[in-house]
Amino acid sequence: MSGLLLVVLVALIFLILYQVGQSSEKIATLQGEEEFDNKRNKIVGYSMLVLFAMFMIGIVWCHNYMIPLMTPTAVPASDHGANYDFMFEVTLWVTGAVFLLTQFLTFWFAFRYRSTGKRKAVFFSHSNKLEMIWTTIPALAMAVLVAIGLKAWFKMTSPAPEGAQIIEITGKQFNWISRYPGPDGKLGERYFKNINEENNVIGLNWDDKDTRDDIVILNGELRLIKDKPVELIIAARDVIHDVGLSHFRMKMDAVPGITTRMWFTPTITTDSMKQITGDPNFVYELSCDQMCGKGHYSMRAVVVVETQAEHDAWLKEQTSYYSQGPGKPAEAPKMEGEEEGAEEIRETAMVTQ
Amino acid sequence: MSNETQHSVDTHEEHGANIHTSGGHDHGHDHHHEEHEQHFFLKYVFSMDHKIISRQFLITGMFWAIAGGLMSVFFRLQLGFPEDTFQVLSTFLGDWAKGGKMDPEIYYGLVTIHGTVLVFFVLTGGLSGTFSNFLIPLQIGARDMASPFMNMLSYWFFAVASVIMFASLFVHTGPASGGWTTYPPLSAMKEASMGSGVGMDLWLTSMALFIVSSLLGGLNYIVTVLNMRTKGMSMKRLPLTIWAFLFTAVLGVLSFPVLLSAAVLLIFDRHMGTSFYLSEIFIAGQAMPNVGGSAILYQHLFWFLGHPEVYIIMLPAMGIASEVLATHARKPIFGYFAMVISILGITVLAFLVWAHHMFVTGMSPFLGGIFVLLTLLIAIPSAVKVFNWLTTIWKGNIKFTNPMLFALGFVSLFISGGLTGIFLGNSALDIHLHDTYFVVAHFHIVMGISAFFGMFAGVYHWFPKMYGRMMNKTLGYIHFFVTFIGAYVIFWPMHYEGVAGMPRRYYDFSSWQSFSQFGDLNKMISIAAIIVFFAQLLFVFNYFVSIWRGKKLTEKTSNPWGSTTLEWTTPVKPGHGNWEGDIPEVHRWAYDFRENPYDGSDFIMQDVPIDPTKEDEEH
Repeated sequence: MSGLLLVVLVALIFLILYQVGQSSEKIATLQGEEEFDNKRNKIVGYSMLVLFAMFMIGIVWCHNYMIPLMTPTAVPASDHGANYDFMFEVTLWVTGAVFLLTQFLTFWFAFRYRSTGKRKAVFFSHSNKLEMIWTTIPALAMAVLVAIGLKAWFKMTSPAPEGAQIIEITGKQFNWISRYPGPDGKLGERYFKNINEENNVIGLNWDDKDTRDDIVILNGELRLIKDKPVELIIAARDVIHDVGLSHFRMKMDAVPGITTRMWFTPTITTDSMKQITGDPNFVYELSCDQMCGKGHYSMRAVVVVETQAEHDAWLKEQTSYYSQGPGKPAEAPKMEGEEEGAEEIRETAMVTQ
Repeated sequence: MSNETQHSVDTHEEHGANIHTSGGHDHGHDHHHEEHEQHFFLKYVFSMDHKIISRQFLITGMFWAIAGGLMSVFFRLQLGFPEDTFQVLSTFLGDWAKGGKMDPEIYYGLVTIHGTVLVFFVLTGGLSGTFSNFLIPLQIGARDMASPFMNMLSYWFFAVASVIMFASLFVHTGPASGGWTTYPPLSAMKEASMGSGVGMDLWLTSMALFIVSSLLGGLNYIVTVLNMRTKGMSMKRLPLTIWAFLFTAVLGVLSFPVLLSAAVLLIFDRHMGTSFYLSEIFIAGQAMPNVGGSAILYQHLFWFLGHPEVYIIMLPAMGIASEVLATHARKPIFGYFAMVISILGITVLAFLVWAHHMFVTGMSPFLGGIFVLLTLLIAIPSAVKVFNWLTTIWKGNIKFTNPMLFALGFVSLFISGGLTGIFLGNSALDIHLHDTYFVVAHFHIVMGISAFFGMFAGVYHWFPKMYGRMMNKTLGYIHFFVTFIGAYVIFWPMHYEGVAGMPRRYYDFSSWQSFSQFGDLNKMISIAAIIVFFAQLLFVFNYFVSIWRGKKLTEKTSNPWGSTTLEWTTPVKPGHGNWEGDIPEVHRWAYDFRENPYDGSDFIMQDVPIDPTKEDEEH
């Protein structure tokens, strides 16, 4: 019923507006089209100035409203992040200057050169000098931006430094699984045909001795060490996912059949970040940034940045995945620590299908 | 066409309106009579008149714009009010929104179809299909397209593609739901998502037919522009609209086949057990047999069209804006030659930048570097165009008609959306911004709204030629102000959300500590989106009412904007064949906006001969 009312209401408004429009055109014929057009042109001309003023005020207002809301990810938590923020700022200044200039000119020229009924347009059809100027200046600006950009790009995509912490992270519908090398410092082989949901969720090859001490965390938690480079080895089990680390300004796809990598150095521990953001519950979050299906929006994992000592203590408490599964066949395998949200989604997915 | 042939056509045409455009002079009978007798179906449905076909494209495009817009209203309700339920959702979506709360599956389905139809059906079919069809013959001085039959087929392939896409909304597993880019493996396996079932097959079939439509149209446009210009219409006298349509068609013809091959390989992977895109997948409790394929291969093929597609959308809008700005500022377009060169530059570069959509796929960093360089190069021709538009209105005599306002809005939006492309094209910045709301804001402003503004400018400008009547101006002003302000209100704050890292294609943000604080903002955006949607309905209302009720043009007001181009030399309502007598001969370029030595007006039409004794000369 309310739907019908809405339709009627909208139709009515349209009709009223149309009648207003029709009558204004009648008035135009009565007053003389030209005079009416000139009058309207003047009003719309001034409205260009109003529009520009609203635009600028809106931008400032929006900025002031948004900045406090952006606190959780405002401070970059990695060395690359600091670099990114610098680059973002440079690009913002360059584009911001062009933005203000060209937007101002668009609205100002529209207002300034509005037809008054007496004005005559100047015949000015080309100038090679002007074209040269505004080809060269953007070219130079782009050269600077490309140079800064490529420097950062080649640094972030260079091979990870030796001695970097290594963690594997695997995406699947719809949660993350992380793997740590264990005492031998090596991640053992995995192959998708070895996967079983019970005790080998990422398909480790138990014949490879290196897998025996690997630690698998089923909720995908990443535990990084402050000021120590970390290399993420990224894999996907089913469809394409993406490891998005907004606080660290990093992102990399997880592609089935392909192993991707990225590395960076975390610089702020979770505890310090709690103080910086003033939020005692602050956690770093890992988000899936590539459309992966129905539960895409819930593919969340927590990232912890801690000191070496804290990390070592945590590591000591972990047992190898092998010892929980095939290494301990007497005990029923259990799914530990999986996120409730993800579990729930899988269940609903099954029901729907 | 050589002058000689042209001459023979001209002589022949003295016999009356010849609707045949090619080889018509071989058999010289009069078609005037035949035209009047044409059956309704032949005249309005299976028409071969480019003007009717263009209206078919436009109205089909409008249907899809409303459908796609309504979808965005629905998913904006979910994004703005994730806690609430809406009666309207269960009315429209039925079991997909039991109790008025939409299911994630249909949320993703709507997002996917919204993107697909807006990009392809509205801003390619509706924009290029409408204006290339309408303006190419009229502005170059031809009686119709090179192949009117192929042109008709082009529309009907589009219509069938539309029907299939629309039908996919009603299958029980829902429409395709992997995003408009439909990346495999998600789109390749029905186990991966409900939308990857029958809905995906229909999506692929529909797209394949759409590509056929686009190729038939594009080839026709190219051949027509190159071969069928009237006497005196040299390439350097072409209006910029025609240059834009020509390069748009070149882009489409060279890149759409690649998408077709991507789609065909995807069909093979889905149904014939091939592994082009699939490798080492464990899904639904089973390891799939496929090994050796590459999911990234699809992305390369997709974006090889996908990026030129952006310019397939932008170039016609740029061409229309150039024409409208010059006409309504009563000033020649500034830097005509530079404009043509920059369109050419954009066309060439459009093929060399596709992998900037793939910086986060783990591609070779060296390759990434090359794509950064080539991508940022596009900023140069784009900047040249903006400065030329600004100089065009500088010291003009600006008439704020409906089309002019939309053309000015186009420039503003193109600047805003273009500049954020400089962030995204730079890989080191893109890594963080990729797939966030920053991208959503960027492409909606630059190739969504600004292309729409180009399209609106075109509709308001050429409506009088299409129907011999004017659209209602007051409704046009309301449409402009609501849409322009609304567009910025919707998309400007999204940049901030993106900078904060908020991912796109999320159904709900409430469980995220980093992104849930934008709830109020998302509400505001949703409300603005709904208002803007209704403003578009007002435009559609205005369009249809004006077809029958708009102010009629008379012989005297048959060129209402004082344009210089050939379409305004036709009768108020041109029949099939466009000109009743001879096709006019062209004597000057398309932008002779200066004091007319013959009648004292402020423009000289292209078909006015040059009389050197009157201080008139070719520009």
